[in-house]
Formats: sequence, structure tokens, C-alpha cells
Amino acid sequence: MIREFGTGDIVYLVFAARWTLALTALAFTGGACVGLVLAVMRISSLAPLRILASCYIQIVQGTPLLVWLFLFYFGLSIAGLPVNAWTAAAFAYSIYGGAFLGEIWRGALIAVAPTQWEAGASLGLTYVQQMRHIIMPQAVRIATPPTIGFLVQLIKNTSLAATIGFVELTREGQLTSASTYKPFAVYMTVACIYFLICFPLTQWSRRLEERFNVAR
Amino acid sequence: MSRVELTNVSKYYGPLRVLDDVSLSIETGEVIAIIGRSGSGKSTLLRCLNGLEPIQAGEILIDGVKVNDPDTDLRKLRQNVGIVFQSFNLFPHLSVSDNITLAPRLVLKQGPDQARKLAADVLARVGLADKIDAMPQQLSGGQQQRVAIARSLAMNPQLMLFDEVTSALDPELTGEVLRVLEGVAREGMTMILVTHEMGFARHFATRIVFMHQGKVWEQGPVADTLSHPQTAELKSFLDAVLN
Repeated sequence: MIREFGTGDIVYLVFAARWTLALTALAFTGGACVGLVLAVMRISSLAPLRILASCYIQIVQGTPLLVWLFLFYFGLSIAGLPVNAWTAAAFAYSIYGGAFLGEIWRGALIAVAPTQWEAGASLGLTYVQQMRHIIMPQAVRIATPPTIGFLVQLIKNTSLAATIGFVELTREGQLTSASTYKPFAVYMTVACIYFLICFPLTQWSRRLEERFNVAR
Repeated sequence: MSRVELTNVSKYYGPLRVLDDVSLSIETGEVIAIIGRSGSGKSTLLRCLNGLEPIQAGEILIDGVKVNDPDTDLRKLRQNVGIVFQSFNLFPHLSVSDNITLAPRLVLKQGPDQARKLAADVLARVGLADKIDAMPQQLSGGQQQRVAIARSLAMNPQLMLFDEVTSALDPELTGEVLRVLEGVAREGMTMILVTHEMGFARHFATRIVFMHQGKVWEQGPVADTLSHPQTAELKSFLDAVLN
């Protein structure tokens, strides 16, 4: 039975967007943890760590996120390790996000002048103290605009989680479209909600970038 | 025991020999001016002294502690050996106070109040007591370099290294930095300066070390060495910088 696309549907779509946001939070947190480790490995003085991190990043950046989602959700179940959709999504998005954030943050860390390390070392600080108190605070400012840029990508890529059973914004739109048969109106609404989430972030990123360039 | 003892030190960048069999002995309270053309190895020598650069042959002892030994705790050594760089290398994200107190708090485990008082003390010594809460980018180059000297002094080092500390400054700003250096020298600090400031070297150094092609080419008491150079290389160097 076909019904009208009404206010109630829009409310449902907005509610579904909370899963989009929850998935984004999960993906970003997991990706940040993995990315931080990778970034530090990439600038390590130990070659094996650098190579390991570099291989990881190459492999993950060269494979689709969808494949990672399928691998964890369907692959592990068949291998005898049944995982729920949240766990599968957490792993897949952390692996994927980590590779990109790791690369962004490595760039930020090496953008801090090497003389800053020397100044810290010359005062008797340990490697960890130099990293924590001298390098990281400066790298964070450099990394913030591209990190927000990646966050926007991540928000849009959470729609792929629909394939393993999440009813987030895109999937809710699909269901609404199927029952109302108003795909144009429904998907326009979906697009608008995504835009309303992402647009403030890109504006914020742009402002930070301008401020950073002025501060230089 | 000498404060600094270098014995047959050699250093290579690939096939390029930047330090060639350098031996040098420096006593407590000496102020050594290392002079020489760019590329003569003088800055490299300084950076080897606190282990920022490794050496390939020879031995460096500071207060009897071997710098080029994997078992030496370089962090401990560096607490006693301050270095001030040509490009200041202040931490741009930290206030003057935090620049100075970072190492005393983290390394010497001082409390915030004690460290703050220390910062005020060393800033007074470099004449910048009123800049304690400024950010580095609000200061002139000369002021930044004086903060860098204060930051180094805060660790109460036994030896201070100065790597062309006035070279990045406009001529009108070098004077204020040199006056601070004079003050530090008068307090009896053992100092090694790589410098182009011949006037400063003449008045405050106890000894001149002239480096050429990675070697200590000539050294001796300041007045003597500058007025009666023994080698043609030093003579032509002095002719070039003094005229």
C-alpha cells in the first residue's frame, strides 16, 4: 500500500540521522586511536615500525570500505566468530579511518620544525615529553582543518553501514521511499539532512584554515 | 679534570669529513670563541658536544662523562649543558613563562610556583622581567633570543653552548644579546661560542679556536691569536672579517 510522504516521515528521517551521528562518533573515535598510533609509528626512528605502518596505510587506502564491512560482518560469522553489526562497524571504520587519519597526522607531525625536537632534547626532555608538550600541541593546529575535512567524508561514508543492517539516514530514506513511492522528495530530504550536518563543519574547517594561515 | 675534553674527534656526513681529528681541552670558567669560515665544522662541533650529532671516531668527555657512549644518559648530560641556537627555537605555542618553566617542571620536577619564580629570576638576568606572560611572536628577534638564553639558564647548566646566536638578528638587535652574553660570562659560566662577533670575542673570550676544513687550525689566547695569527688561513680569515 502506498502512503503519502508527510511530516511524520521527515521526523523519522531526522531520528534515523542519530544513527548516522552515532556511527560517525564510533568511526572517528576508533579511527583516531588507530591513526594516532600509525602517525607516531610513521615518524619513528625505527625502520620496521615505519614500514609496518606504511604497509598498513597502503593496503587500507587501496581497498574499499565496503569490503572491510563485509569482511567483518559476514566473513567473521562464517569463520565461526559471530559479530553483531556494531562490532563489525567499529572494526571496519576504525581500520579505515585510522589509515587516513594516520596519514593526515603524520603530515602534521613532520610539519613541525625539527629544531623544535632539538630544543626539547637539549633541555633534557624525554622523547615522550617532547612529543606531548612540544610537538603534538603544534601539530594539532596544523592537523585540525584536514581532520575536519576527513570527518565530513566519514559522515557521508556511514551510509555504507546500511549494507550490514544499520537503519541510518540513507537506509531510512530507502525504506521511506519504498513505502511512499516519492523517491525524489525523500532523497532530497535525506540529502538536505546530510548537508545540514556537514556544511557547518566545512565552514568551521575553512575558518580554522584561514586563521592558521594568518597565524603563520 | 677539564670541563670539556675532546680527543681525536672525527665526524663524517657520508664520505664528507666535517670534523677531522679534533682535540681540545676546556677548563671551568673559560670562554671559548670558535671562529672560522662557514662549512669549517664549527657549528657541527658544538652540536656534537651535547650529543645532538653523533661522532664516528674519538672521544668527547664533559665533566668526565663520555658523550659518545650508548650507555650515557644524554638527558642527564643535557641538563648540565645548555645550548642556544641561531634561530632561537622558542616553543611558539607557549608563553615566555611556559617556555622557560617547561624543562624545570618536567625534568627537575619543580612545582608551578617555584618554576614561575625561577622564570622571573632568569628573565630579570636577561632584562626581560616584564615579558614573562608574552607570547614569543610578540617579541623582537633580540628579545626572543634573550628568552632562549633565559630558558637555558633556568636549568642552571655548568656549560653553555652558543651557536651563532646573533647571526639571525638585525644589526641593531645584536647589541642587546651580546650584553646578556657578557653578563653570563662575568658570572663565571663556562661558555663555548661559535661566533662572527669579533668585537665580543676580543673583549670577553679567554681563548680563540680557529677552525678550518674540519680541523682546529690554530688556537690560543685572544689578544695574541688575533694580533699575531700564525697561519696564513687565519690571517686571511681575519683580514676578511675585520675589514
